[in-house]
Amino acid sequence: MKIYNANKIIPGLIIFLGLITFPMWYNMGKAAPPPEIKFDTPVIQQMAVKQCVLPKADMRTGHMQLLNEWRTQVVRNGYRTYVAADGKEYNMSLQNECIKCHSNKTQFCDQCHVYAGLQLGSVPYCWTCHIAPKEAK
Amino acid sequence: MDTNRRSFLKLGGLCALGLGALPVVDALGKSDLPQVMNNPQALVGKRWAMVVDMKKCWEKGKPGCKDCILACHVTHNVPDIGSIKEEVKWLWTEPFENAFPGQESQFLPTEVMEKPFMVLCNHCAQAPCVRVCPTQATFKRADGITMMDFHRCIGCRYCMAGCPYGARSFNWKDPRNFIKTELNMTFPTRERGVVEKCNFCDERLGVGKIPACVEACKDGCLHFGDLQDPNSEVRKILASHFTIRRKPELGTDPSVYYII
Repeated sequence: MKIYNANKIIPGLIIFLGLITFPMWYNMGKAAPPPEIKFDTPVIQQMAVKQCVLPKADMRTGHMQLLNEWRTQVVRNGYRTYVAADGKEYNMSLQNECIKCHSNKTQFCDQCHVYAGLQLGSVPYCWTCHIAPKEAK
Repeated sequence: MDTNRRSFLKLGGLCALGLGALPVVDALGKSDLPQVMNNPQALVGKRWAMVVDMKKCWEKGKPGCKDCILACHVTHNVPDIGSIKEEVKWLWTEPFENAFPGQESQFLPTEVMEKPFMVLCNHCAQAPCVRVCPTQATFKRADGITMMDFHRCIGCRYCMAGCPYGARSFNWKDPRNFIKTELNMTFPTRERGVVEKCNFCDERLGVGKIPACVEACKDGCLHFGDLQDPNSEVRKILASHFTIRRKPELGTDPSVYYII
């Protein structure tokens, strides 16, 4: 078998493969540090039972759906109180309820969002309107 | 398997019975705790309305009083952009000929011609903004409030074209840099590219408070209540005073009334 212009095609292929695998070998051995979520806000530390609205696993995977649901209930249906499975009542508000406990946005929200490669301040765009809690830097 | 008509019908009936029982199973399986509920203190109404007593405002109010506007803007983090073209308005003033076009006549009292009129979103029963909104970001609530879901607004500004009262403002810039008052940490700001307007203080009604402007007016020129409730404050005032509404000829059925 004969390849026409092999002297150009083979080096070209090697360069092409090198370029498209560039991100892999450039980042080799440099694993991004896993997110460290901090739960040590003053309010959480004072809680006897450290329990969020839903169990931790559900919150981790489904907090966005919950927030979406809360938005619809408050803005569109006018309901403002959420009753958790344990009967505890919550004011359905990101800005007035969630951040009462999670008052450390940079150590809590941002940790995973940055790790997942979401652009801070644009995705998810909660804090372009909702006012983020004041944090001691 | 040998199937005859009889066994087939039996099986079919059994299946239909099973399907019919599904809602019952669903209802029994649910916990008796409600998932969401209303705040027990929330003010409830069928159609919220406001009466603006301009006569009292001019007579009793100190000259240049802007208490209601200030209270509204502080409560809702309304920016002060500083240019007429890009300004954001929730509650503002207009001269008579702009507030009530077509109702001017030749020799009106000087105060009517010269004094400012408080104007805001009219929360129309037949709101044109709701009809034109392509995403249902603006919608009518059961209590008569023409409400906005800022999350859904795509900034097309159809509602601004539709509103005959100029009650809607577009955020041309990030409004955060233009909030001159102290930030209200319990209410969000808006972002660039969304439309905003008066929400009749839905967030305050939800926790049992009257609108901020009504509360702020020390001279009692603003009255708030349920138009459908014959014993409400607004109905009593409407029954005892002659009131007008803005551009009634358009058929939008506004919920804001004026005593002049």
